[in-house]
Amino acid sequence: MTHDEIIKGLYDETLLGNAPRVLALTQEALASGMGPDTILFEALIPSLEEVGSRFERGDYFVPEMLIAGKAMAGALNVLRPLLADTGAETVGTFVMGTVKGDVHDIGKNLVNIMLEGAGFNVIDLGVQVAPEKFVAAIAEHKPDILGMSAFLTTTMPMFKVNIHEITKAGLREGLIIMVGGAPVTQEYADAVGADGYAADASTAVRLAKELIKKQRASV
Amino acid sequence: MHTVLKSATKTVTIGHDQPFCIIGERINPTGRKKFQAQLRANDLSQLAIDIEQQVNGGADVLDVNMGVPLTDEPALLGRAIKEIQSLTDLPICIDSSIIEALQVGLETYQGKALVNSVTGEEERMELILPLIKQHGAVIIALPNDATGIPATAAERMVITEKIVRTVEKYGIPLEDLVIDPLAMTVGADPEAVKITLETIYLIREKWGLNMTLGASNVSFGLPYRHAVNAAFLPAAMSHGLTSAVMDARTANIVEAVRATDLLLGLDPWGGNWISRFRALEAAKAAAESGA
Repeated sequence: MTHDEIIKGLYDETLLGNAPRVLALTQEALASGMGPDTILFEALIPSLEEVGSRFERGDYFVPEMLIAGKAMAGALNVLRPLLADTGAETVGTFVMGTVKGDVHDIGKNLVNIMLEGAGFNVIDLGVQVAPEKFVAAIAEHKPDILGMSAFLTTTMPMFKVNIHEITKAGLREGLIIMVGGAPVTQEYADAVGADGYAADASTAVRLAKELIKKQRASV
Repeated sequence: MHTVLKSATKTVTIGHDQPFCIIGERINPTGRKKFQAQLRANDLSQLAIDIEQQVNGGADVLDVNMGVPLTDEPALLGRAIKEIQSLTDLPICIDSSIIEALQVGLETYQGKALVNSVTGEEERMELILPLIKQHGAVIIALPNDATGIPATAAERMVITEKIVRTVEKYGIPLEDLVIDPLAMTVGADPEAVKITLETIYLIREKWGLNMTLGASNVSFGLPYRHAVNAAFLPAAMSHGLTSAVMDARTANIVEAVRATDLLLGLDPWGGNWISRFRALEAAKAAAESGA
């Protein structure tokens, strides 16, 4: 296979969510001497961007997006250590979690996929994330952005609790905090002191990039 | 086992030998901006419209959730329950995870209410079960705990066992316990519905408890959701599900449920099925002659 054929194959198979094929092509690409950054930026990321816009248009459904994300994640497991060696700068680091008391994860996972697809390094803390776990993860990974998800009106107040704990731990400064989830609104995000809110996954990615740009410009 | 719900004047019985109990889910402001704004302004006029649609669609019980962010949910829920009971005689399912809201709701409600819901976490059960006992209400319990939703039926059975023991310890009869076996999204996990069906079957075999679940969940993120929901409920019913929280406005889902009642011998000689047909035909004829 030529490099162009491999790139096209990776793009197409990611679009279809064919994880075994994407993994095999990633290995073939590396064996043929292609750089990990080429694989990521010329095949995987454009493919996930296409998945995202199809989803946004209503042409793609949740399962299609999830398997595309899984296919990309499989390739990333191989590429990540190699990318670290090349010293390529990531778009940003994003720590993500669903708040304590809440077990909903589909929306959060869709946002994670879109973020990874846009080149973010995403650290997913899962569901039912207690305030102290958010604080510990921020201290450990020093992310650009913390994302919190809540699906219930009764768990949304955890945003405020978590932000309070993060501030108390002295980690609020320089950290961008984004919130989202079905019942969340811009008004609510403002009320709890978050820096950003987005109603859907692709808006979240756009906003995340914007907020990081603003942040980096200000320092 | 018969679980009995009551309003001031009406009784609804849930059981494995009874027609399926449809709990109408629409009286809920989540994701409804206009409704939220109305409720914030103390305007309860939308309730009458939602109730009429659920009742006409075939709801047996009405789920009432007043979770509007940044409001006094207990007070709002109390007012809503009073208003709803003046508009309909259907029993109510009081839906909140705020303990004060459940308290006000149960104090306001006339009859024997269904309460949605408690999890298998000790501290949640300690807060809510005394209230259930005090008011003689019925509680929906979910077999999940602080670690999240168990991925297997066996793990859900372990938590259900714990719930059953705790409910007994509080002196609440088991017919006043309804388990929610947790319907997850099949679009996010191909095994999700199989695990739910297995859980339903095992709970029925072991305790004969009544069960309910949020039926629309299974089809999230998919096209033609109504068809997926309409296929899910008959399967769940044949495994032992006796009730569901669902949107009664969608006629083909309600029809699938009522046809399954007939097929499973829960509507002997098709009395309900035939009456429903006659009522629909009469409504159609009236609409045509009026047009």
